[in-house]
Amino acid sequence: MKKITFALLALLPGIASAGTIAIINAEIHTLGRAGVIAHGTLIIRDHRIDAVGENLAPPQGAQLIDAGGKPVTPGLFDAYTSLGIKEIDGVEESDDSAAKKPRYSAALDVTDAFNPRSTLIPVNRIEGLTRAASAPDSASGGSLIAGQGAVISLGSLSDWLVKPRAAMYAQLGETGAKLSGGSRTTAWAALREAFDEVRRAGSARVNPEHPSQLTAEDIEALRPVLAGDEPLVLYLNRASDILSALKFADDNGIKLIVRGGAESWLVAAALAEHQVPVILDPRLDLPQHFESLAARADAAALLQKAGVLLAFALDDEFNTHNARNVRQLAGNAAAQGMEREAALAAITLNPARIYGVDGTLGSLEAGKIADVVVWDGDPLETTSFPRKVFIDGQEVPAISRQTELRDRYMQRLHLGPYAKQ
Amino acid sequence: MQRPIHAAALAALLICACSGQKQGTAERDPYSSTYAPPAAVPVLIQHATVLTGTGSRLDDGDVLIQDHRIAQVGKGIAAPAGAVVVDAQGRWVTPGIIDPHSHLGVYASPEVWAMSDGNEATSPTTPDVWSEHSVWPQDPGFEQARMGGVTSMMILPGSANLIGGRGTLLKNVPATTYQEMKFPGAPQVLKMACGENPKRVYGSQHKFPSTWMGDVAGYREAFAKAAEYKAKRDAAKKKGGTAPERDIGMETLADVLDGKILVEMHCYRADQMATMLDVAQEFKFKISAFHHAVEAYKIAPLLKATDTCAVMWADWWGFKMEAFDGIRENIAMVDAAGACATVHSDDPIGIQRLNQEAGKAMAAGWRAGLDIPRERAIRWITANPAKALGVADRVGTLENGKDGDVVVWSSDPFSVYSHADLVYIDGVLRYDRAHPAAQPESDFKLGVLGQEEEMQ
Repeated sequence: MKKITFALLALLPGIASAGTIAIINAEIHTLGRAGVIAHGTLIIRDHRIDAVGENLAPPQGAQLIDAGGKPVTPGLFDAYTSLGIKEIDGVEESDDSAAKKPRYSAALDVTDAFNPRSTLIPVNRIEGLTRAASAPDSASGGSLIAGQGAVISLGSLSDWLVKPRAAMYAQLGETGAKLSGGSRTTAWAALREAFDEVRRAGSARVNPEHPSQLTAEDIEALRPVLAGDEPLVLYLNRASDILSALKFADDNGIKLIVRGGAESWLVAAALAEHQVPVILDPRLDLPQHFESLAARADAAALLQKAGVLLAFALDDEFNTHNARNVRQLAGNAAAQGMEREAALAAITLNPARIYGVDGTLGSLEAGKIADVVVWDGDPLETTSFPRKVFIDGQEVPAISRQTELRDRYMQRLHLGPYAKQ
Repeated sequence: MQRPIHAAALAALLICACSGQKQGTAERDPYSSTYAPPAAVPVLIQHATVLTGTGSRLDDGDVLIQDHRIAQVGKGIAAPAGAVVVDAQGRWVTPGIIDPHSHLGVYASPEVWAMSDGNEATSPTTPDVWSEHSVWPQDPGFEQARMGGVTSMMILPGSANLIGGRGTLLKNVPATTYQEMKFPGAPQVLKMACGENPKRVYGSQHKFPSTWMGDVAGYREAFAKAAEYKAKRDAAKKKGGTAPERDIGMETLADVLDGKILVEMHCYRADQMATMLDVAQEFKFKISAFHHAVEAYKIAPLLKATDTCAVMWADWWGFKMEAFDGIRENIAMVDAAGACATVHSDDPIGIQRLNQEAGKAMAAGWRAGLDIPRERAIRWITANPAKALGVADRVGTLENGKDGDVVVWSSDPFSVYSHADLVYIDGVLRYDRAHPAAQPESDFKLGVLGQEEEMQ
């Protein structure tokens, strides 16, 4: 019980003072203009990064943390999860990630269902994940237009909402076809129909009696997307589908983000030219679907070379529970030829850019929010682990439901440090 | 508790069955392996960091493979005449990786209905089906797994059924028929499943079983019948009486009771594994390994006492209620408690990186205060799966006389940056990272890019 009380106290703003913290003797991966500072100091004051650089003197009275020459990075940011809206996939009552509705649930907003006390949040944040997009997910059934996601913090029970309605999510390609009547053509028709209707509605309040599968609330939710203010994240894998999406976005003035993107390397030049980012899982190198026949292990490296803005997220059923594994994705991308710093950007700065929160998040630069991880080794190595995680300048307790299970059974079985003398 | 039959003993038995063809058909594998490694020159790998799989580490070590087998492991080994010499300075050598739980070929890529052949989910008890009959050797997952250093994998039926059918161990060689991949002489296994999957699949159709107690009743019913069948079969053999009417499913279960077929059982929860150990004791069969075993850490001493392996993921958790208590330290804790711990993939993407998965589990153990050197952790993906599958006398370690299944890694195999540079299976070079264009490729992958792009 004591541990739990401590954990909660640490999360309540104002009770535990953020104070001033100086992380010294660190290999700082700023992801900013300063690049990598081989031996630097990072100063956190009042939840923000106060200064980063070489030869910085720690302020008087600052709490000193010696990184021992090890890497310090921005907090990790997963570009696609259902954190806070899904506890156990197989337990329906605990899963709010999808509406079982035909075609459109654009009005669905994850913030209505978000649970900051989800056990998944500590499990992921003790491994360095500090921010995530929490998104509706209709891959396993639900709506073509799934709804609106938010950028959330993993560090607070009260101030978890970073950016509501950060993006609208929809499924095209094979999944979209399945959800909309069995063909890609019906999926595209349904998507066009939805945006045409929003356009026809103009600025007028929609008559709730209107004959459409879109509700008045759906139309309201799609307006900022059509205005180009809120990005549309389309799940697409086949190269030809991605090209169709680029044209659709151009025709409608929509700000597009491609998620999935198994064959995106084939159309990398077009993606770069249109400045359309891709949310990719670089592990997926098999022709697991007919829409991903050209999937390959070095897709991330090819996209990076072409100048495509890349973020990594797991593209499988573990995208939420194991969002912590984004750094394994980055490590594998680096092993396949992507520059390491670029791979790190795909799980820190780039997601922040994609969702328009890079003004305050994503890099270690003066003035930004202090999401900072001190590692015990190369952060892209799966054998490394955080020594300290700060969110909003506050250290996260190294406790989760999983560490409590571990400690209980390590003791009960007299293992390791609990061995009988 | 009956001991699992040794692979060598089983191989001898198979030979006997072949020479005495008038004997009962049940003992002879009618779908024999046609795998035979092609002729290969000796290979001497020099100056490597060698993790032998026996728990030892050899710095600046050499490994000699000759006549398809490990001929010598040590330092300063002289190259036999005509040998290929591989300078592996700065590189690491391990036994070939063994995945004890894969569905490659039975749930192949592409994941379309036509290729979905892993669950005969029309009855909860199907001991009559054999996964090998579903294996599609053109699954591109095989070659990707080979690039990850996987030299053998157990192809199991799925977990929809209480008793899902026989599994088959394959050598990861390019082939047109599954018989050309089949691990010669390996014991056959029976896949069984606990918990949520069978009761969901059948319960949702308002059929038996719809509860965990229904699951248990289902195993007991099947093995009670099998015991009767076996008694008749034994009596007929001894006294030359009438053999029971041939029943393909009962043949499998009776062979389990005879200890000829190993039981590989999908089970997540600690209490459910304990219940299954009791079921096994009631009917006098042996469970070789619990697969997935997300809560194995809670009953590690029981697993040790019953000589039961736990086949686990490094970090999958929370996708079902029975997986909610998964922890990163599961594998390391089972190992530290003295039980047989192994890593599996159950996944065509995960099988390509079993070395990384073992690395994650090893590092989680370090953080929990467990002392796990790399030479020990490598056993989780080599020697221990070999034990779980009953082929520990053939593969899983670099010891004289064992199959020449060897991987040369570009660096520490537990590193995310490490690649399998060279993969030998029975002494034959089956993957060479330096020559990507020369590697075997599934028929399915031909022409998929369009000829214009393939020319680039």
